[in-house]
Amino acid sequence: MTWVWANLDLIWDRTLDHLILSVPPIILSFVIALPLGWLANRFRFSRGAILTASGLLYAIPSFPMFIVLPALVGTTLRSPLNLVIALTIYGVALMVRVVADGLASVDADVQRSAVAIGFSAWTNFWQVELPLSGPVLLAGLRVVAVSTVSLATVGAVIGAQSLGSLFTDGFQRGIQAEIITGIVATVLLALLLDGALVAAGRLALPWTRVRKAVKADARLRLPVEVTP
Amino acid sequence: MNIFADALGWILDPANYAGPGAIPVRVLEHLGFTFLTLVVASAIAIPFGFAIGHTGRGRGLAVATSGGLRAIPTLGLLTLVALWVGIGLGAPYVALTVLAIPPILAGAYAGFEAIDRGAIDAARAVGMSEAQVLTQVEIPLGLPLLIGGLRSAALQVVATATLAAYVADFGLGRYLFSGLKTRDYAEMLGGSILVILLALALEAVFATIQRVVVPRGVATTRLPVDRARSARPRPGMEPAITKGNP
Repeated sequence: MTWVWANLDLIWDRTLDHLILSVPPIILSFVIALPLGWLANRFRFSRGAILTASGLLYAIPSFPMFIVLPALVGTTLRSPLNLVIALTIYGVALMVRVVADGLASVDADVQRSAVAIGFSAWTNFWQVELPLSGPVLLAGLRVVAVSTVSLATVGAVIGAQSLGSLFTDGFQRGIQAEIITGIVATVLLALLLDGALVAAGRLALPWTRVRKAVKADARLRLPVEVTP
Repeated sequence: MNIFADALGWILDPANYAGPGAIPVRVLEHLGFTFLTLVVASAIAIPFGFAIGHTGRGRGLAVATSGGLRAIPTLGLLTLVALWVGIGLGAPYVALTVLAIPPILAGAYAGFEAIDRGAIDAARAVGMSEAQVLTQVEIPLGLPLLIGGLRSAALQVVATATLAAYVADFGLGRYLFSGLKTRDYAEMLGGSILVILLALALEAVFATIQRVVVPRGVATTRLPVDRARSARPRPGMEPAITKGNP
């Protein structure tokens, strides 16, 4: 612990670096995956193409990805932008499938009802499909958040500053406490972002809380009711 | 595209096909390491996963531990273990085996859980012993999901084995680190391309295995997914019809 108290400034700086690297990809991947996932869900031909492409992108190891990207899009190897783009690609690859599955999980009867009372495809998407697939999307976004925070540490091996720098620095200088601090801080940051997403989900999807409460209530009451 | 031409030139350079650091040697190291790690992790994870899936006990604990393990950054675990056991292959083996266990464990018990309970009850009803239920019903039917777990474990091990070159002189990651150090972009990029090709090849192999291991009866009785049909079973509708995948 003495190492931690002596280096609070360093830990704080690396945490900020880490936030700058990991928060934009989480938001961007959601925004980009939304239209792509809709497209994958809407047509049979686009489904195969988009889901296969995202599966292959996700299979690319992160360290080589950080090195190949500058050659493809002209970013500087160690710049935060390079990492943000790479992490966004992984986030989108994960999220596209979730969006497609989430939209597919919306009850067909509800969709038909929306069409029947005169919703256009546009309003149907924003007012029916998107809110109803909200819980699935939220679950997917939480996975994206945790994996993005974890992946961002890999940037340290190419020299991009993040909490991962505590691993490389701690390893080179043989400071065990520094590495453990890095691991704990990364996990805590992931938990923090996860909690923020859950809170945002509560605000955006208030009805899921009600339904859960009703279910829990019913479960509590059920044994009493069925006893003869 | 000139940079890619340089990288391709580096991959094809005959000088990189001789000596201890030759490309084929590195590829074999990388593959061998991945394979061995998967075998050890499977030997630990599969029996536990089968036991959890068969008995239905300990699932909460397995979910919690594997979820926790997944949140741990791989590079952190790798460097930490390397500090403990020293530079060399020991640290990557330990760290990557630990990382490969959660997806395999999850694949093993999720495969059992996805089986229609009716099939297992029927197996018991016709007089199968517990061992027969396990080996003739649960394992074959759960195999596709288990292979899926192995697939994500393999993906993670191949990727992290690249990082393992940070603490040991081995594998394709060596090219990436030495290229970074000497600012040799062709070597870095060439090595990266090789790692990516290896990962994609493994992905293709596992995708094929995953398709092949689906028992024939399951493959033929699978109903086409009807998009128009309600996803939720409604009263009066037979649950067997709404459930496409046994």
